[in-house]
Amino acid sequence: MPALPLDEAGKYVAGAYVVFVALILVYVAIIGAKIARIDRQISELVASEEDE
Amino acid sequence: MYSKGLAPLAAAAAVTITAALALVFFYAPNDADQGFVQKIFYIHVPMAIVALCGFVAGGVFAIQHLRSGDSSWDLRSYVAIHLSIILGVGVLATGSIWARASWGHWWVWDEPVLVSFLVVFLLYCVYYPLRFSIEDPGRQARYSSVFAIAAGAFVPLNFVAVRMAESFTHPRVLSQTGGDLPGDMRLTFLVSLLGIALLFVTLWKLELTAKHASMQLKRLRNRARVAA
Amino acid sequence: MIGAARTILRKDLLIELRTKESVPAMVLFSITVYVLFHFGLDRDSLDGSLAAGVLWVTLLLAAVIGVSRLFAAEREQGGIDGLLLSPVDRTALFVAKATALFVFLTIVELVAVPAFGLLLLGPGLGGAFPELLAVLALGNLGVAAVGALVAALAAETRARELIVPLLLLPLLVPVLIACAQATEPLLRQDAVAEDLGRWLGLLSLYDVVFVLLSVAVFDFLLED
Repeated sequence: MPALPLDEAGKYVAGAYVVFVALILVYVAIIGAKIARIDRQISELVASEEDE
Repeated sequence: MYSKGLAPLAAAAAVTITAALALVFFYAPNDADQGFVQKIFYIHVPMAIVALCGFVAGGVFAIQHLRSGDSSWDLRSYVAIHLSIILGVGVLATGSIWARASWGHWWVWDEPVLVSFLVVFLLYCVYYPLRFSIEDPGRQARYSSVFAIAAGAFVPLNFVAVRMAESFTHPRVLSQTGGDLPGDMRLTFLVSLLGIALLFVTLWKLELTAKHASMQLKRLRNRARVAA
Repeated sequence: MIGAARTILRKDLLIELRTKESVPAMVLFSITVYVLFHFGLDRDSLDGSLAAGVLWVTLLLAAVIGVSRLFAAEREQGGIDGLLLSPVDRTALFVAKATALFVFLTIVELVAVPAFGLLLLGPGLGGAFPELLAVLALGNLGVAAVGALVAALAAETRARELIVPLLLLPLLVPVLIACAQATEPLLRQDAVAEDLGRWLGLLSLYDVVFVLLSVAVFDFLLED
């Protein structure tokens, strides 16, 4: 197949790099949610220690 | 414990990936056959190589775990496989986009590397149901390690088999993923590969740190519950 | 070790002989799948790559049944604890289970391959022998080694019936490739042996790797 013209090819290349960036952002969001949960549980733990 | 060197690693990954992107779009020439579409190569192939190395590394960590009985090796193996599966999603997606752009189909069966990657990906996806359907922590770590070793050995074997099958049915040779790149393209490719590898190690350490922190926290909570 | 392996193997074969649970089910399953392929493909007779594909996919799917029932007797009667408490070498256990699976597969093929020749195959099976025997034997060895490993891996998980096929089938892709490619020229109208050595070589490599690997890691499975 002949090479695609630039405007056509640009969409596919952009798509591939967007997949990569999106993957990392989703991953960071999930890790962020995990750290938020750890933070919340530590706060609960500190609160219950202070009650006693 | 796992976070040693995380900050410099993250910085190095950020710098290398920025440099790689700059090289891909401003330095590397357009491919003679494929033109601009060939730029997908610089993201697709490094991700595939790093993911496969991650799978094999998961097997090596698993051997360490079975040898030493130290569950931290199992955690390392688990996180390496987990991250490789995430990269694997990216590999299949970018490979599919590339196939559509250069051959006109969203999936091509005569690209042996992509096809073997799909088989390996399908196999590793079973890691999760296997791991999480075993409750006893010691047994979970041991069985997961056995899986990681068997699957790690399967990766190269599967590549040989699929390549043999494809080269017999489709005798045409595809040189897109071959090693005979011109110098400027090769440099761009190697910087991209290094960038993705650094990113992988950074995220690996990050996830290990998060998992370790949540395990420590669980122990603390159990202790607090016992005291109360 | 060989004595222990032989004892476990004899027990497994005796149980199969008495209960007749795995092998008849596998045979029945194979023939049912042929019928499904007949209607699914809407073809009365197959040859070449289509025939090789249908034959091997069917045999591998039938193997899934055998693998998921490989530790069934132990599980149902609590025998697994007895087996684990007795000072039996895990390697002996692996050898016994893999051999039992090999025997089951061979018996299934004794019926399922001629049935395939009768029901679906256009050119007849005559031209495929004796080469097909070598392909079947090496294929069975690979399936037996991987099958015993997968059965042990899945034996103590909650989602066993789910994990066995999901784990076994991708692992058997190289076996399918080698067996189907080696069988394809044998099932053509003008049967020839083509590239047989190459595919048998690949099968042998696969068998050696997975037998050694299974022996090495089996010690860590089915521990108390």
